[in-house]
Amino acid sequence: MTEPEMVTLTESQRKARRSRSIAIGLGLALLVVIFYVATIIKFGPAILDRTF
Amino acid sequence: MALVEKSTLHDGGFRMSEATAGDFIALLKPRVMSLVVFTAFVGLMAAPVSINPFIAVVAILAIAIGAGASGALNMWYDADIDAVMTRTAKRPVPSGRVLPGEALGFGVILSILSVLTLGVLVNWVSAALLAFTIFFYAVVYTIWLKRWTPQNIVIGGAAGAFPPIVGWAAATGSITLESVILFLIIFLWTPPHFWALALFKSEDYSRAGVPMMPNVAGAASTRRQIFAYTLLTAPVGVLPWLLGYTSVAYGVVAIALGLGFIWYAWKVLLMPDSDRTMKPAKAMFGYSLLYLFGIFAAYLADSIVERLLAMPGV
Repeated sequence: MTEPEMVTLTESQRKARRSRSIAIGLGLALLVVIFYVATIIKFGPAILDRTF
Repeated sequence: MALVEKSTLHDGGFRMSEATAGDFIALLKPRVMSLVVFTAFVGLMAAPVSINPFIAVVAILAIAIGAGASGALNMWYDADIDAVMTRTAKRPVPSGRVLPGEALGFGVILSILSVLTLGVLVNWVSAALLAFTIFFYAVVYTIWLKRWTPQNIVIGGAAGAFPPIVGWAAATGSITLESVILFLIIFLWTPPHFWALALFKSEDYSRAGVPMMPNVAGAASTRRQIFAYTLLTAPVGVLPWLLGYTSVAYGVVAIALGLGFIWYAWKVLLMPDSDRTMKPAKAMFGYSLLYLFGIFAAYLADSIVERLLAMPGV
């Protein structure tokens, strides 16, 4: 391991990183919603059945 | 501020990315993606099975992302030839906005994510077909065929023809003759569509060293082959009606669109070598897009009407 160094990003690099971060965040949130709703749809009313 | 290792920072080729989210969206080839979404949606709607609307949206989304991922892999591999072609020089990788490694990583991750989502939430038959489509476009077409043979877009056209089969499989979990006919329409349509473009962009392809048909076999041979493939495409477009899958209304639209397609191909066939403006080829390219959209829109309308008529009380 070599010694880490801090890099100061330029304005355009900072803006680009922010835009990528927002897009990734929205993408992940959409994925969570899709899997949540699809799970309920696929299980149907049985998802509320708590008897074992 | 960003934390990087000193050795990486001073390694010559390193630079911080300036790629925006928009650049990554451009990697997905949104215009190609829209055609994929449309044809996959028609395949899904034409299937004689009802699917939950939310699951249907998820299926189309996964197919769209899968198609986009294969586009990103294509742009990663083809950055060198994209850079020398006027039509593609401004793409994110050749223009330097997105680094090649970023495009590769983006394509691989989205490929895996789209296939897994389709498999887990819809069914594994459609997921396997989507995985094969991505593999076919990225590896068989882009890496193997494109720079090797003038038949590149004939065989590679299969990748663009798979979406309706994937859409159909998402609804039914199977492949049937009806979905294979939808595949055949796009498969046979691809050569006249791309060769019309290759005729008036032959200098671009020549500069990039891509063996497109006009650069290898010559313009006259390409014009004859465009006409031959159009003669095959038009009747296959009518097949769904002849086999009883659609109503006569679709048949009439398909015949009219097919005759128009043959007419444009005929004009291309008669185009002299001395024609530098190549208006017939440009018109053929434009009409080919209209033809495919028209055929699938008619098929979709026919499926919707059939479903409405089958509803109780109608």
